[in-house]
Amino acid sequence: MITLESITKRFATFEALKSIDLKVRDGEFLALLGPSGSGKTTLLRIIAGLAFPDAGRVRFEGEDVTHLAVAQRQVGFVFQHYALFKHMTVAENVGFGLSVRPRGQLPGKTEIRKRALELLDLVQLADLGNRYPGQLSGGQRQRVALARALAVEPKLLLLDEPFGALDAKVRKDLRRWLRTLHEQMGLTSIFVTHDQDEALELADRVAVMDHGVIEQVGTPDQIYMHPHSGFVSDFVGDTNSLPVDMVGGTATFHGQSIFTHIGALAEGAARLDFRPHDVTIADDSDGCLPIVVSAAYRKGGVWRVEGQLAGKAAPIEVDIDSGAPRPQPGQRLALKIERAQIFSRQAAA
Amino acid sequence: MIAGSPPRRKTPAAICLIGLALGFLCIFLLLPLLTVFVEALSKGLGPFLEALAEPDALSAIRLTLLVAAIAVPLNVAFGLAASWAIAKFDFPGRSVLVTFIDLPFSVSPVVAGLVYILLFGMNGLLGPVLREYDIQIIFAVPGIVLATVFVTFPFVARELIPLMQEQGRDDEEAALSLGATGFQTFCKVTLPNIRWGLLYGVLLCNARAMGEFGAVSVVSGHLRGLTNTMPLHVEILYNEYNFVAAFAVASLLALLALVTLVVKTALEWRFSYVRQGAGS
Repeated sequence: MITLESITKRFATFEALKSIDLKVRDGEFLALLGPSGSGKTTLLRIIAGLAFPDAGRVRFEGEDVTHLAVAQRQVGFVFQHYALFKHMTVAENVGFGLSVRPRGQLPGKTEIRKRALELLDLVQLADLGNRYPGQLSGGQRQRVALARALAVEPKLLLLDEPFGALDAKVRKDLRRWLRTLHEQMGLTSIFVTHDQDEALELADRVAVMDHGVIEQVGTPDQIYMHPHSGFVSDFVGDTNSLPVDMVGGTATFHGQSIFTHIGALAEGAARLDFRPHDVTIADDSDGCLPIVVSAAYRKGGVWRVEGQLAGKAAPIEVDIDSGAPRPQPGQRLALKIERAQIFSRQAAA
Repeated sequence: MIAGSPPRRKTPAAICLIGLALGFLCIFLLLPLLTVFVEALSKGLGPFLEALAEPDALSAIRLTLLVAAIAVPLNVAFGLAASWAIAKFDFPGRSVLVTFIDLPFSVSPVVAGLVYILLFGMNGLLGPVLREYDIQIIFAVPGIVLATVFVTFPFVARELIPLMQEQGRDDEEAALSLGATGFQTFCKVTLPNIRWGLLYGVLLCNARAMGEFGAVSVVSGHLRGLTNTMPLHVEILYNEYNFVAAFAVASLLALLALVTLVVKTALEWRFSYVRQGAGS
């Protein structure tokens, strides 16, 4: 178990992390998700021991490691740009961690090479041991970096934007492969990403960060279906948000009631968020949202419809079953919101 | 020329510019260099070799080599330390340090020499202390070494700082995260990454250390056979109208410059090749 207790970090006047608390369970695959500047990489570096907090504690299995250097923490760190040693072969790169062990624990040359080749086998690059990093593709470099990090048998694997520099197809394959590897090796892994798809697909739990605070921690399902804040709702997945007035448990938009399945919530100005797929087409009746279609295109198995709403300039995006005919620009649709999140104005601000 | 590329038409302007550049090169670089060798060999190979084998000339060559042998390693050590600190760590006063490293480039070498006389001379600031312990710095070898170190101060550091900054800290952090000590990281990761740049800096530093005239002239005292380096020896011979000997020694310095240029070009070629080959 990794425990972070009120971690605070400042760079000159910029507050990168504001009293972060987080627990990571053994064997868990955790994503730190956030936009750039949210502090996620700084947090990862503090967990690794590559950076040190101004205040707060880092504990591994209860033991305080806040001031331990990276070498003493037994972590594997995979850098965003891999940081492979250009002048060493792939096998030498992977064996590096073993070759710098102190004299007593230093394995022999053949032993190091054997172990390196085993790891290259694990990352499916067994026959590239004698190449140099400059001769590899991005995806291959990524896997070499991973093998190198695993060579020191870390308890904790930390990955900084592991797929950031790869193209879409390679990224998808590698994601799946990494997930399998994580499960096989029984590691605890934490990775940083700004890509919500990546976080939702890979992680057991996701910590959504913004401006140096963790906005929400939860399973991908919780994060997507029950965002705690307007930021999370906005950042994770596509969201439409409308300014509404709450009157007696009903959300009204420009005087018209548009959503009613609401529990006890404060009265007054609020923000209503709904996903593109949280709507159905209704007959023009009460409690519906009328939109004028401006464009519609196929998005997988649905029509993604962009429309304008009366009294709101920003477009609304909704998904409509593609069994129906494709909506035409100019057409009017009445939407019924089936699910929505309400954030009171103060919280959303 | 690449096959299929349209023939480049040479406009009058282009011809003029190329001619101007070539003419400039000939008159100001090639011709003087040629003169040195022609003048040195004007009386044949015998007097040329004689001039080099003369005891004062030999002692000047020895002193120059000695000074370079001390100044260059000192600069390598300092340059490595400074560029490592500046490129890999954040600390207050970093930009001030960079400015200070550049100082010898902006100060006239004569001023540099005079500063040492004011500091270490008999009537200088530290003169009484040095006299007490019978240490002579000015008009002796230590002074020449000091002046040379001052003048060549920026060469290695200037070469390495941008290189190391461009390479960033990722490689070092990766090595540390894999359990390497600071020293192992330096030897196995940092040094191989900068070796060509370092060699290049050493080469330039060496050429300057051997060729420095101004600062050394001020602190040397021109004692024949004792505190004359090659450039100083050339000047003395020339002032004595001993042209063949003067140009013979000068031709050695010119040769050094040529060798430096060739090696530098080779290194640059190798350098860019390695960088491109490394990709990413």
